Amino acid sequence: MKILVAVKRVIDYNVQVRVKEDNTGVVTDNVKMSTNPPDDNAIEEAVKIKESGKATEVIAVSIGEEKAQETVRKALAVGADRGILVKVDGIVEPLAVSKLLQKIVEKEKPDLVFMGKQAIDDDCNQTGQMLSALLNWPQATFASKIEIKDKKLEVTREIDEGLETIEINIPAIVTCDLRLNEPRYASLPNIMKAKKKPIEQLNASDLGVDTSPRIEQIKVEEPPKRKAGIKVSSVAELVQKLKNEAKVI
Amino acid sequence: MSVLLIAEHNNKELRPFTLNAVTAASQIDADVHAVVIGQNCDEAAKALSQLPLVKKVIHVEATYYENFVAENFAPVIVKLADNYSHIVCSANTFGKNLMPRIAASLDTSQISDIIKVISADTFLRPIYAGNAFATVKSKDAKKCVTIRPTSFDPCESSGGSAPIEKADPGEEFGHTKFVKREEIKSDRPELGTARVVISGGRGMQNGDNFKLITSIADKLNAAIGASRAAVDAGYISNDHQVGQTGKVVVPDLYIAVGISGAIQHLAGMKESKIIVAINKDGEAPIFSVADYGLEADLFEALPQFLEELNKLNTIQK
Repeated sequence: MKILVAVKRVIDYNVQVRVKEDNTGVVTDNVKMSTNPPDDNAIEEAVKIKESGKATEVIAVSIGEEKAQETVRKALAVGADRGILVKVDGIVEPLAVSKLLQKIVEKEKPDLVFMGKQAIDDDCNQTGQMLSALLNWPQATFASKIEIKDKKLEVTREIDEGLETIEINIPAIVTCDLRLNEPRYASLPNIMKAKKKPIEQLNASDLGVDTSPRIEQIKVEEPPKRKAGIKVSSVAELVQKLKNEAKVI
Repeated sequence: MSVLLIAEHNNKELRPFTLNAVTAASQIDADVHAVVIGQNCDEAAKALSQLPLVKKVIHVEATYYENFVAENFAPVIVKLADNYSHIVCSANTFGKNLMPRIAASLDTSQISDIIKVISADTFLRPIYAGNAFATVKSKDAKKCVTIRPTSFDPCESSGGSAPIEKADPGEEFGHTKFVKREEIKSDRPELGTARVVISGGRGMQNGDNFKLITSIADKLNAAIGASRAAVDAGYISNDHQVGQTGKVVVPDLYIAVGISGAIQHLAGMKESKIIVAINKDGEAPIFSVADYGLEADLFEALPQFLEELNKLNTIQK
């Protein structure tokens, strides 16, 4: 079994994001970039499945600028066998990403495609579902547990009301929740080894996909700031303020 | 053209956020049609027809719609989409799972989780966990939009009498089988709609200590929330998680106890009207969004809080 894992390069989750002064986007120059956190869970799960003997190959794919190669390299350092980088500059909307992934899937013929349930930059939560629609494959979104059963997967999904379990036939798409597993850190020897693993580089245009945005980003602004609050010195004062000043209890 | 709203329901009742989604749909175009797909969901269809903002209800039934599998739902909506300029749904796990499958089939770039309708093609949406707001304009002929329910008021729920039209079901998708759903039942108000929310974080130290939170929640008729750290540590189940990847809440009063205030948690609660933070670390980021901050050990503060609440003659419910 072959598993394709999509990884995205995003601003590190610990960075306090700042809006550009000209309102065209957020500041990315000299800002720490990392793998989108739930994509780390996706890679981890794929590598674990390979280690258990149920998969033969894990391929990491990223779509983005040249530097997204670092993100693919990181996936190789935690256990993916080889990488693919599809180079595109600028904003690539989830619809275009899913079309590019569809081309990669047609070429690589994986049995499973994993990715994070959502990217923490645009917060769209679309790509996995869109790819499933384009391929007409089953989808298991927001997965917090995956069990492989012959040619099927049993997946527990995190939904608003609690948990849902579904069974899907392979080939399938799974989007991973942060609770799926605990991603490992790359060891130094594995980081060195990853440098020798192959990364195939492609251009979006080679794949015949039009990636031009369908959504015009008119402006990006700071959200309205909250008025600075006060510190209270005791619980009694807190309750008094909530009752008489804020009038919420 | 008209807007098609996808109703979320449990085959009997509408889920509460359907009403918020109807409000958002009506701000795009006054001609709102709503589709209800399910099994034996006559009651949900009837409830939908009673919403005065809904002009027509489309009712689709099949046994395989009982459990809301997106692979079965999407083709029904895609078939109906010809007659509509917009497809709208709530951005909760139901809508998040379903809408992109529809959008990709229609070759439309979806706009997720809007918090404001600026015009029929322009919307405001948070990005980077709410650290920035983007104004975006769709250039697609057909628009697929999910709405953040807490950013829109629920619509009027009675007085309407829209016609209910039956539509044919689509084919069953054979590769996805529903197994089970474990819903956590509670007598408390729902987290997403509660007037008061009290949440615990890693500072609670264990699941047992959440009873300190529970007793205050009882007193205030509050819903109970939690930070991701508390859920990951196993103190409480995942359906309580507030944050970027959990639920977004906008209560009148949000009380954060033992929560440091990671960016991803703030994304889920910082639009609350009044925020209270109780934390022993005076430097915790949660204090930067709190209207009232109390620097204190929660194990002393929470029992005192309950005691002070007990002294009050009246408490708003």
